[in-house]
Amino acid sequence: MSKLIPSAAKLLSGATISKSTTPAVIASKTSYSTKSESTFEIKPYKLHKLEKGPATSATLTAEDALQLYEKLAVLRRIETASGNLYKEKIIRGFCHLYSGQEAVAVGMRAALRDVDSVITAYRCHGWTHLMGVSVLGVLSELTGRRTGCSRGKGGSMHLYGRNFYGGNGIVGAQVPLGAGLAFAHKYRGDGGVAFALYGDGAANQGQLFEAYNMAKLWDLPCVFVCENNGYGMGTSVDRSSASTEYYARGDYIPGIWVDGMDVMATREATRYAIEYCTSGKGPLVMEMETYRYSGHSMSDPGTSYRTRDEVQEVRQTRDPITSFKEKILASDLVTADQLKEIDTRVRKEVDEATKQAKSEAEVGLEELSGDIYYNNLEHVIRGIHPGAPLQHVEVVARN
Amino acid sequence: MALKSPPVLFGLLARISRRTFSTSNALASKPVTVRDALNQAIDEEMERDDKVFVLGEEVAQYDGAYKVTRGLWKKYGDRRVIDTPITEIGFAGIAVGAAFAGLKPICEFMTFNFSMQAIDHIINSAAKTFYMSAGGVPVPIVFRGPNGAAAGVAAQHSQCFGAWYSHCPGLKVIMPYSSEDAKGLLKAAIRDPDPVVFLEDEILYGLQFPMSDEALSSDFVLPIGKAKIEREGSHITLVCAGKATDTALQAANELAGKGIECEVINLRTIRPLDFDTIARSIAKTHHLITVEQGWPQSGIGAEICARVMESSAFFELDAPVWRVTGADVPMPYARSLETLALPRPPDVVAAATSVLANKIANEAAI
Repeated sequence: MSKLIPSAAKLLSGATISKSTTPAVIASKTSYSTKSESTFEIKPYKLHKLEKGPATSATLTAEDALQLYEKLAVLRRIETASGNLYKEKIIRGFCHLYSGQEAVAVGMRAALRDVDSVITAYRCHGWTHLMGVSVLGVLSELTGRRTGCSRGKGGSMHLYGRNFYGGNGIVGAQVPLGAGLAFAHKYRGDGGVAFALYGDGAANQGQLFEAYNMAKLWDLPCVFVCENNGYGMGTSVDRSSASTEYYARGDYIPGIWVDGMDVMATREATRYAIEYCTSGKGPLVMEMETYRYSGHSMSDPGTSYRTRDEVQEVRQTRDPITSFKEKILASDLVTADQLKEIDTRVRKEVDEATKQAKSEAEVGLEELSGDIYYNNLEHVIRGIHPGAPLQHVEVVARN
Repeated sequence: MALKSPPVLFGLLARISRRTFSTSNALASKPVTVRDALNQAIDEEMERDDKVFVLGEEVAQYDGAYKVTRGLWKKYGDRRVIDTPITEIGFAGIAVGAAFAGLKPICEFMTFNFSMQAIDHIINSAAKTFYMSAGGVPVPIVFRGPNGAAAGVAAQHSQCFGAWYSHCPGLKVIMPYSSEDAKGLLKAAIRDPDPVVFLEDEILYGLQFPMSDEALSSDFVLPIGKAKIEREGSHITLVCAGKATDTALQAANELAGKGIECEVINLRTIRPLDFDTIARSIAKTHHLITVEQGWPQSGIGAEICARVMESSAFFELDAPVWRVTGADVPMPYARSLETLALPRPPDVVAAATSVLANKIANEAAI
C-alpha cells in the first residue's frame, strides 16, 4: 500500500518531524505546528468481493491537514451562505445543501488526478468548487447572476467545471452518464478514471444496474460512489432499499464501505479506487456512509422522518469537520491558531463572494436564446408569440 | 373569405395549362438501397474521425438488427462497434456521457419505439446540457434507428417520433427519405456538434434509389435544415418527410394524370423546419396539404399549419390547409385495419381534390 501513500514511506524511513519551523511554544499566538506528519487509523472498511482494501491508516503532512481542513471549511461555509440566500429568497427554486457530507467530496478530490472526471447529482455546490470553480462562480450560479459558472442559466443543480459534468437534476441519470465518461477514458486510453456519485435514494434506480452491467462487461474505469446519507428525500434507507449494503449492490462488481465522515478514509479509499481501476480491473462500487444535516432540499425542514436529536447527535459525535479538527489538533499536526486563521479567511472569502453574488447583474436578456445549439441552424428562435422573435446568440467562443 | 387568386375553378384550369414536370432529379448513376447508403455514411465517418463509434443492440457481431451496420465490426473491431445489452436507458446514458467527454457516439436504437425507455437521456441529458452549462458542455451525438410504422408489428412497435423529438429545443431532428438523403444527412448529423435524432424507416431500408457519383463520394454531405423539392408543381403543395414522401410522390403521380400538378416538398429535417421553402411554395400554389405517418394531434402537420397561420403565408392560401396523417388510434395488428390507420396515396389524392375544390365547408367539420 505504500505505493498509494508516498509520504508513508518517508515516515517509515525516519524522515519525520524535521520541518524547519519554529517549534510550538506555549504562547499567546502559536502559529506553527510541532509535527510535519502524522499517521491516523481509519475505521475498518467493509469489503465486497475484494481480498484487500484501501490503506487502513492515513499519513497526513501538516500541509495536507491544513488544505483538507480549509476545503472542508469552505464547503460548509458555502452551504451556510446558500441556506441564508435561499431564506432571503435570492436563491430560487431548489437548493440542496451538502452540509454534513463534506468529507466525501473533499477526501475524494484530494486523491483525484488531473485526468480524472466526476459527475454527481444535484447536491453539487461543494463538488463544483472543489473541481476548480471559484466560490463566486458557485454562489453566483445559485443567485442566477452572470458571474455564475453557468452564467445563471443552470441554477443550483446544473453546475459544471473542467472534468466536472454536473450537477444533474434527474435522480440516477448521472450514473450511466458517468459510465460514459469512463467509456471515453478507456476509448482514448488516457488513463483517467470517472467517478459517478449518487445517493442512497438513487441507488434503487434501474438505470444504475444497467450502468453497472455494462461497466463490468466492458471493464470501464468507473467508480460508482454511493453517498449514503440515510435518507432519500424523506424515506430512510431501511424503508427504500431491500438491501442497505450499498457497497455490495453491484453484485459482480467489487465494493468497499467507507466511513464517509472521515476525510482521510475517503481519500485513502479513492486512492485505492484509482489504483484498482487504472490496473484494468474494471469498475468499483464505493459506499460512503455519511449524513446530511439539512432537509433534502430547502423546502424540507427534515424533521418529519427523523428526530432533531438524531441530527444533533451526529453533529456532536461524527461531524466531519469537528472530528477532523480534533484529530489534527490532538496529533499536534496543526495548531488552533492556524485553523482559526483558516476559518477567518474562509469566512471572509465566502462572505465577499456572497455579497458579490447578490449584487451582480443577471446576464443580458439576449442570452435567453444564447447557446441553445453549438451550431445553430434556426433562422429565428421563437419567443412567446410570433411578434416577439428571438435571435440565437453565441456566447461562448466556438472552436 | 377573400381569395388571393382567381376563383378556384378558374385558377385550377389556368394552372393546369402551366403544368410543369420535375427537373430536380440529378443524373442517375447507380441504384443504392437506403440501408447501404446509411452504412456508407457511418463507414466513411468512422474512417474520417476516430472519435466516431457505434453502440447499440446487435450492431456488431449480428451486423445490426436491420443490417445497417453490416461489416463495420469486422472492419473497426470491438473498440468502435459495440454490442450493448438490451438496456436502452443505460446505453443511451453511457453514449451521452461519452459525448460529454468529447467523443462522437452513434447510438442506435433497434427501433425508436425503444427510445422511450431512454427518452430522459435524449431530452434531459443530451438536448439541454449545452444550454444549461452556458455552452460549456457540447453534446455531439447521433441517436438513430428505424422510426414509425413497419408492417404487421402492432401498436407498441409502430409509432412515429418526429413530433415527439422535434418538440424539444436543443435537438436537431432529421427524417430522410431517399438513399441520397440518408447518406448526406447522416454524415452531416455525425459531423454536427449538437445532438441529432435521426429517424429512419424500416420499409425504406430495402428500397433502391439512384445515387449520383457526387452522392457516392465520401465528401457528400447535405445541409441539415434544408428541405428538398422532390417534384415541382403549381396547383398544390404537399409537405412530407421520410416514408410519407413516398406516399405523397405516388399521389402526385396520380394527380398529374388528372391534370393537377403537385409540388412535393421533402422536409428532410423536421427541426429546424425549413419553413421558407414551404412558404415560397404556398405563394406559388396557394394550397397546402401536409402528409405524415404520425398521429395528428400536436404533430408535424399541426406545427406547419400553425406556422402558416402565424405568417404571411396565410394570405396566400385559397383554402384551409389539410393534414393527412396516421389515424388517431394505436396501431392495430389486423392487415385490413392497419391499412386504414396509415395514409396511402389515395388518401392524399382525396385530400388534395377536396382542398382544391374548397370543399372544406362541407367535409371538414373536424
